[in-house]
Parts: sequence; C-alpha cells; structure tokens
Amino acid sequence: MAERRDTGKATRAATRATGEGAAPVRLAVRKTYKLYLGGAFPRSESGRSYPVTSADGRHLANAALASRKDARDAVATARKAFGGWSARTAYNRGQILYRVAEMMEGRRDQFAAQAVAAQGLSADEADRVVSAAIDRWVYYAGWTDKVAQVIGGANPVAGPYYNHSAPEPTGVVVVFAPPNAPLLGLTSVIAPVIATGNTTVVVASEKAPLAAIDLAEVLATSDLPGGVVNLLTGRVPELGPHLAAHADVDALDLTGAGEAAVEFEKAAAATLTRVLRPTPEADGGEEAWLDPDPGTSRMTPFLETKTVWHPIGT
Amino acid sequence: MPVPHTAFAPEAMSNRSLRAFLHGFPGVDEVGARARAQDLSTRSIKTTAKAEAIDLAIRMVDLTTLEGADTPGKVRSLCAKAVGPDPADRTVPRVGAVCVYPDMVATAVEALRGTGVAVASVATAFPSGRAPMEAKLADTRRAVADGAGEIDMVIDRGAFLSGDYLKVFEEIVAIKEACGAAHLKVILETGELATYDNVRRASHLAIRAGADFVKTSTGKVSPAATLPVTLVMLEAVRDHHAATGRRVGVKPAGGIRTTKDAIRNLVLVNEVVGPDWLTPALFRIGASSLLNDLLMQRTRLSTGTYPGPDYYTLD
Repeated sequence: MAERRDTGKATRAATRATGEGAAPVRLAVRKTYKLYLGGAFPRSESGRSYPVTSADGRHLANAALASRKDARDAVATARKAFGGWSARTAYNRGQILYRVAEMMEGRRDQFAAQAVAAQGLSADEADRVVSAAIDRWVYYAGWTDKVAQVIGGANPVAGPYYNHSAPEPTGVVVVFAPPNAPLLGLTSVIAPVIATGNTTVVVASEKAPLAAIDLAEVLATSDLPGGVVNLLTGRVPELGPHLAAHADVDALDLTGAGEAAVEFEKAAAATLTRVLRPTPEADGGEEAWLDPDPGTSRMTPFLETKTVWHPIGT
Repeated sequence: MPVPHTAFAPEAMSNRSLRAFLHGFPGVDEVGARARAQDLSTRSIKTTAKAEAIDLAIRMVDLTTLEGADTPGKVRSLCAKAVGPDPADRTVPRVGAVCVYPDMVATAVEALRGTGVAVASVATAFPSGRAPMEAKLADTRRAVADGAGEIDMVIDRGAFLSGDYLKVFEEIVAIKEACGAAHLKVILETGELATYDNVRRASHLAIRAGADFVKTSTGKVSPAATLPVTLVMLEAVRDHHAATGRRVGVKPAGGIRTTKDAIRNLVLVNEVVGPDWLTPALFRIGASSLLNDLLMQRTRLSTGTYPGPDYYTLD
C-alpha cells in the first residue's frame, strides 16, 4: 500500500512539473474481489479478506477469505441449483457453455492482463493461455450433447428386452482448483463438471484467486443459472475438511487439495462421496493444461450410469 | 403497560363494551416492534446453548400436515417421525404434538397411543373459518370425540375486521366449551389482520375469551409468523399474565423453516415473557420442514460434519 501511495505522489509531482496543460491525475478505481455464491457476489460472512500479490510480490488486491459457513452456504446453493441445471437439455447446456466462451472472448484483454500480473507470464504466453481457456469452454460445450452417446448406449442382453444405459450427473461436486494454473487450469476443471449437469462449489487457487473472480463475472453474465458454479477464495486447509466430510456433497475433485488429498478422501469415504484423485498435472502451471483435446476423463468421474430394462413388445 | 382490563366486564358483554376494551390499548409502535425483533434476532446462540435450544425447539414442534392430499398412510408416517424424529439417534426428544385435519385425528391417535405425543386438530372450517356455527361446533366435537387433545380453531377474520368483536368472542367461548378438556389454540391469521394494533386487539380478545394458546397463522396465508407479530402476541400474553396471573401460550406457525428462525423465536420468548414460557406447555412452533433442519443442525453439532437432507425422512 505504502508503495502505491508513493507512486501516486510521484505522479502528481510529475504532473505539476509538466505545467498547466497536463490532464489531472485520475484516482484508481480499485476492485473489491468477493465470493461468487448463487449468482451473487457476497463478501465472506466472516468479513475477512487476505492480500493477493503478483508473481514478483507486488500487492494486487485483497480477496475474500471464505469461512466454513461460506462453504456450507455454497453447498446449499449448489444443491438448490442442481435440479434445474440437470433438467436442462444437454443442447441448452451446450449453448450456455458456448455463451461463456463468447463472454470471455469479449474480455480477453482483462484475463490476459490478470495472467501477466498474477503469474508473471509474458504477453504472448498470457494470450495463448487465455485463448486455450476460451477454447476449453467451446470444447466442453460441444461435449454436452455427445457424452451420452459415447459412454451410454444400447446393451446386448440375452432376453426379450431392450437394455439401455445412460449417464446422469452425480450432483454437487466440490472442486479444489489447481493451485498454479489459475485460469486455464481452473476452466479445465470447472467446465467438464457442469457440462454434464452437475453443480459445483469451487475452491479457487489460494495464491492466485483473482482470475477465478474475473471468471465468475463472466459466468454471471452468460445465462448460467445462479448456483451452478459457486466460487470460494480462501484456504484449502480451512475449507477442505468441512467440504470433504459434508454429507450433501456427492463428489470431490481433489486436483488442488495438495497434501490434504488423502485426508479428504478418507473423510469423503464416510458418506460414500465420489473422489477424483489429483492427476500428474495437478501442481503444474498453465502449460500443463494446454492439451487441446483432454477427452472425457474429467467428465466420466462425475457421472452415474442409469440402466433401463424394457420388455420387447409392450 | 397499564392494561385497561378493569374496564372489561364480561357480564355486561356487548360489542360496545368489547370495543371500548380493545381500543383502550395503546397502539403498537410498528417501527419499534420491528426494530426490537430485528435486534433480538442478532443474538448469537452457539455450542452448548445452541444444542439445548435445538432440543427445546424439537420438543416444541407441532409437526403439521394440513394438505388436501393427506392420506392415513402419510399421517401414520408423520406420527412415527414425531415419536422418533431421527432413527439414527435415539437421544433426539419427541416433538410436542402432531397437528392434522379433523378426519385424520383417529388415525393419529391410534398411531401415537402411549407415546406421550399429543394430537392436535385444526377445526372450525380451517383455514378460512367460513362455515355456519353449527358446522364449526360439529367439527370441533368430532375431533375431540376422536381423541384430539388440542384444538386449533380459526377466528372469523371477516367479523373481526368489520368490528363485530362480540361475534368473534362468542364463537371462541362456544368452541372452548365444545373442547371440554382439550386445549384450545386460537389462530388469529395475522397475515389478514393488516396492522399490529389489530394483532394486539385480537390477541387480547382471544385470551379473554378463554384461549389456552394464541397462534399466529394457518400457514395458508403469507406473511405468516413474522418475528414482530410474535413479539406483539407475546406482549399481550405477558400483559395478561401481569394483570390476572393466568398463563397463556403462544404458537407461531408458518414460515419457520430453519433452526435459525426457531432459535430467534426462542430468544424472543425469553426476552419478552421470560424463561417461564420456554416450555412446550406454553410455546409451540407449528412447522413441518423445520424439524429436518433442526435434526441436521443437531447432527452437525454432535458429529462436527455437515449432514445432507438425503439422510432424513421426507415429509
């Protein structure tokens, strides 16, 4: 903060020095980064926040420090939104995911600037990451109405029955976002979860949470119903145990759980919560997520298979 | 507060005397009532105090099903829930009563025999109260004969609002007589009474007519039991106790769905009438979905993890 004030003074002095014709110095419009719950942007119920710094240690902004109760509220909101979201047609979900890509495209400068500031990427790298993140939404938008054909279908049975299997969303999925890939990594874990009709509570990267809130602003203006994605910024060790043990959570994506992953998996076992263990790219930076065709591996862990037997001739 | 009950002479009952009595009360400060309720609702009740409040609230619940689609099977399963709200935890107390329509009383009585859970029945053409007096009396007598220990009657809001206080008063007296030994709860339907002044007057009218309980709402009209309304009714009960020594109960019903709401009501009771009223004999909460939330909060306190609604019965 002190550093920032000094900079301001210096600028004012410079303005005075340049004489009467110079434009007056404009006050910075600083953004308050809040949580994203149920389609709204509330502060943490605890009122806490924590400083977020850039890759080289400059203060960027304060992010809300979510509490156990914010996590509880987020699960309740996600549960409430599940019925409506999962009942949408796959086609409609695809349209909405595509809409997210459209909205992100319009704000790509903001995302790129954020990636440069928060992660220290070069302008070219940031541009590549933002493009990949936007393309990821388009990718999963395409998958929404195709995943059922790929992993479901008609089963051959030895009897006078039609036998069909179809995937259905698991329910409320808690996602621990990758810690070192705050934009492309985050997109790569959220999009496959909601593409199939799940709703989600996401714990964003603790050290680089601002891109997640920028993304939330995109989601809030993309026809995505409130509560489908709920974003918490805060500490995994504080929020994680409560989310992992929560009986109304149906699945966990432990990608960003770090060392606590095993502990969370144990807690989740008490209520038979599905778990996706961290993959090798979990700790990597954005470049670990650049594969343009990640396939169905992040969708199938959060799908249940419903099989129907129907007698032939009735 | 100076209660003008001295001006009240039951032997010389007329619309005029009732009007003089009821309009002699000072007006309710609406802004003040809201502010007081709001202020009290910010009290923080945690850990052991919360655990006690939850168990007390469970014992105060009038577990209610008042749907056109009620079946004997649904009433029986509700009764089973009233006796053992959480099958996974036998330390959960029983609820105060089960509240049903009159034709379901016999089913509920049979299901609850020997359990200590009372059967309450709505009567008098619930929820509108628009029926001839004979029908209302027959409704009540039948419910009592079938074994209902508590009767929830509705007042004639039309008569009350048009100033025919005597008619309302006499109806309550007649129903009270038909109740015999059964407790009478009088539903004011505060959502239709328009002002807090009317709530205060209707409360005093019902109390003087012999109500054992005053109840806010049927649950069929919105707004139902708001905190300021309950506050005004508790004040009426407090003032009546101060003037006569008789204790009348209060039952907010409708719209109380969360543990937080229930605990706010308990705080209100404690602050307005005092801890003597913190008993199921003098305070009840009419609800159906509230019970599951109380059970979830109870589990959360005892296990430290958040439970989900899938682990409790649907109602």
